[in-house]
Amino acid sequence: MIHDQARARIQERFGVGAEGDGPLLTVTIPPDRWVDLARFAKETLGCLYFNFLSAVDWKEQGLEVVCRLENLQVGLVVMLRTRLGAGQTHCPTLTALYRGADWMERECYDMFGIVFEGHPDLRRILLSEDWEGYPLRKDYAVDTPFAPYR
Amino acid sequence: MEIKAPTPQIPPAVWTEFKDLQELEKYRQERPEGDKHSALFESLTEGIHQFPGGFVVTSVADAFLNWARKSSVWPVTFGLACCAIEMMATFASRFDVERLGMVPWASPRHSDLMIVSGTVTIKMAPMLKRIYDQMPDPKWAVSMGSCANSGGPFRHGYHVVKGVDRVIPVDVYVPGCPPPPESLLNGLLLLQEQIAHFRTTGKRAAPTAKID
Repeated sequence: MIHDQARARIQERFGVGAEGDGPLLTVTIPPDRWVDLARFAKETLGCLYFNFLSAVDWKEQGLEVVCRLENLQVGLVVMLRTRLGAGQTHCPTLTALYRGADWMERECYDMFGIVFEGHPDLRRILLSEDWEGYPLRKDYAVDTPFAPYR
Repeated sequence: MEIKAPTPQIPPAVWTEFKDLQELEKYRQERPEGDKHSALFESLTEGIHQFPGGFVVTSVADAFLNWARKSSVWPVTFGLACCAIEMMATFASRFDVERLGMVPWASPRHSDLMIVSGTVTIKMAPMLKRIYDQMPDPKWAVSMGSCANSGGPFRHGYHVVKGVDRVIPVDVYVPGCPPPPESLLNGLLLLQEQIAHFRTTGKRAAPTAKID
């Protein structure tokens, strides 16, 4: 099966096992090998379709960036996950590989405050320019008064 | 023998002898109770006096102007969210607010009423304020639906204004999520009632306690 081959090649190249037994492979990787794994998925596994990129706030364990890449021809799905570590907000960018990562990473910066190093145009995309804080973080105080409308 | 022309007998000008006025008086006395049109007319023209012997009608200027104001409330077309669908249904032929003299108008410069129909986000609030400021005085605002009233289900979201009355003054709040066209029509009728008591003192009319 195609996902068993992919799992074996990821194991061979990166030394990490992929979770999941179906066509969805979940690979957890440290941030310094983030771009390498994405390039491997694109060029070797043929995952040309960049589905989404988002993040999860695990509170004191730090932020986690999640990215889903797909090979639509053979039905292979690779989920990339990386833990940035407690208090860390820096992550390498995937915009050199996928143009679609541009706005996804801007949204991720907007909502979680993750700084994607090497991003060509990293600024807020949905919220206004003068917004304070990153609202999808768990420690964001939602009901605090915010001038002038809250 | 001298022939004289007959002296014309001019009847005295007594107003009771004008036949049309008699007809009018007869009509007024025979008018059935609960005649909505006439009751509406009387409530509109409070302070009307008719002088005997003439057709001069006086009224209170405020009452007359308010009658004119409430009879042509033009809402600016300003749909924000799903409540706008119900607002469009209210504007359309089935519920037909043109019966009330309301014409949905696509320019704030010609409008008297803003129906805030939907969630006001913090990013949208300055634009809403700007459109409201572009409307000429006197102007009114109806807050339609739970989101515009208080934030509704999104009240604890990070991006929602918790009630449009934090941005602009609101005259009538219409509850519902979303309010059906009947609710919005009821709110618009209440608004017309408020406009009928509008005074040019710079103060808005107190909200009516009447609900249904």
